[in-house]
Amino acid sequence: MLLQALAFYVFAAVTVASGAMVVVSRNPVYSVLFLILAFFNAAALFLLIGAEFIAMILVIVYVGAVAVLFLFVVMMLDINLVELREGFLKYLPVGAMIGVVLLAEILLGLGVLGTGSATIAALNKQGAQVLAVDNTRAIGRVLYTQYFYLFQVAGIVLLVAMIGAIVLTLRTRPGVRRQKVGDQINRTKEQAMTVVKVPTRGGV
Amino acid sequence: MSADLIQFFTTNWLGQAIVILAQCLAVTVPLLVSVAYMTYVDRKVWASIQLRRGPNVVGPFGLLQPFADGLKLVLKETIIPSSANAVLFVIAPMITFMTALVAWAVVPFDDGWVIADINVGILYLFAISSLGVYGIIIAGWASNSKYAFLGALRSAAQMVSYEVSIGFVLITVLLCVGSLNLSDVVIAQSGWFWNWLFLPLLPMFVIFFVSALAETNRTPFDLPMSEAELVAGFHTEYSAMTFGLFFLGEYANMILLSAMGAVLFLGGWMSPIPHAPFTYVPGVVWFALKIAFLLFVFSWTKGTLPRYRYDQLMRLGWKVFLPVSLGWVVLTAAVLQFGGWVPKS
Repeated sequence: MLLQALAFYVFAAVTVASGAMVVVSRNPVYSVLFLILAFFNAAALFLLIGAEFIAMILVIVYVGAVAVLFLFVVMMLDINLVELREGFLKYLPVGAMIGVVLLAEILLGLGVLGTGSATIAALNKQGAQVLAVDNTRAIGRVLYTQYFYLFQVAGIVLLVAMIGAIVLTLRTRPGVRRQKVGDQINRTKEQAMTVVKVPTRGGV
Repeated sequence: MSADLIQFFTTNWLGQAIVILAQCLAVTVPLLVSVAYMTYVDRKVWASIQLRRGPNVVGPFGLLQPFADGLKLVLKETIIPSSANAVLFVIAPMITFMTALVAWAVVPFDDGWVIADINVGILYLFAISSLGVYGIIIAGWASNSKYAFLGALRSAAQMVSYEVSIGFVLITVLLCVGSLNLSDVVIAQSGWFWNWLFLPLLPMFVIFFVSALAETNRTPFDLPMSEAELVAGFHTEYSAMTFGLFFLGEYANMILLSAMGAVLFLGGWMSPIPHAPFTYVPGVVWFALKIAFLLFVFSWTKGTLPRYRYDQLMRLGWKVFLPVSLGWVVLTAAVLQFGGWVPKS
């Protein structure tokens, strides 16, 4: 129990610290790397409360895919540190406001302000029922039954976003010669070459 | 006394820590030795393919060659380019090497021989193998060199692309098994060797293996490494042991993906024939043999196939493997559902 508490404080402290570093550090590449560290420690926190499936998905989706693409983009930026510092005060109020809103939402959700505690209690009750099976199965059972339509809608939203991104970046370039693998494989010796008998000193 | 000792190792936190440390060493040390000898075997296999002798000078049959190479790498000077980001430059090879090692925590070597028998073993393996990209991409950026950076982008894009199809392969396996626990995956394949999943899922096994080649940056997908035309990609600036760690990490990753292939498709520690003389052989030996077979195929492809062009590589990943594996997931699900073979959960 002591070890678990210790682990919790270590992971929590690193999460918060690296979250702060994401905002504070001057170099955007460091920011993304700290973000990855924050993801990792958040995953470890999920593991500590026994939510192993969510922990692994967090690592696979955010660390394994999303953050890689972030890093891709950020690394290719032509970083000018002085310019980056300039906007700081301008964006501070907006950022602070978003932070406050998020904090308020979390507090409301936790029932600190008197509301929302009922939902948490209900969730806990539900949780106790499904904890008899391991948590991948538990999530699967609710996700594909109770929340099936919402799950499908989420999928469609993602699909639309994906198609949107493709449409925005699609451009037809004239004069591009594409490799057609089928054609290449179907080509026969007769189509591809001719054997010419060249008479001596005659030329072709 | 012995009862006291047992109690110390099972209940006391210090005792448990010692046990865990010992287990880690018991996995890591043989793994590192096999990484060293994998380089030797690799070179011997290529040599045989090219009708050469391969390393045969250091020690009997050249058996000490890996250690000579290792010693050489340790003794050389580690050069950190003056314009490089020194911290990230040094961390990158460590990340590559570490991710290749920590994944072994969930690999079952025999019935019950596993450090962490977690319920989401497959997901853990997938998560860890998707982290290997970071070592490469950080190395490329921290080198502050255009060759290294372009090489890093190239190989990161490649690894991310082929991870997608590996993900779908894992999904078909877990559909057939009904569990994410790797020991359960192996137990579901018990019996004769035609119970192993490679037979019903043969196309997925092929996709898995080819994606594994791409994941580990091996021929025919070794664009990140292509020394001759693309200046060795992301590790252009690396020397001595920093390069050595990349090299060892690559081989450790190869062994890891072979182990994954053995667990998921070739029945892990199960013997191919569940009868007397074969079942006397310990499971860990069967497991090692299966890994060795897959590793041989790795070397074999490297010895025989030419290199893909980059656009061909991307085409294969996104336009061939992704649709095929996605379709196969749907097909498997349908066959299991309508054939009444859904594993009980």
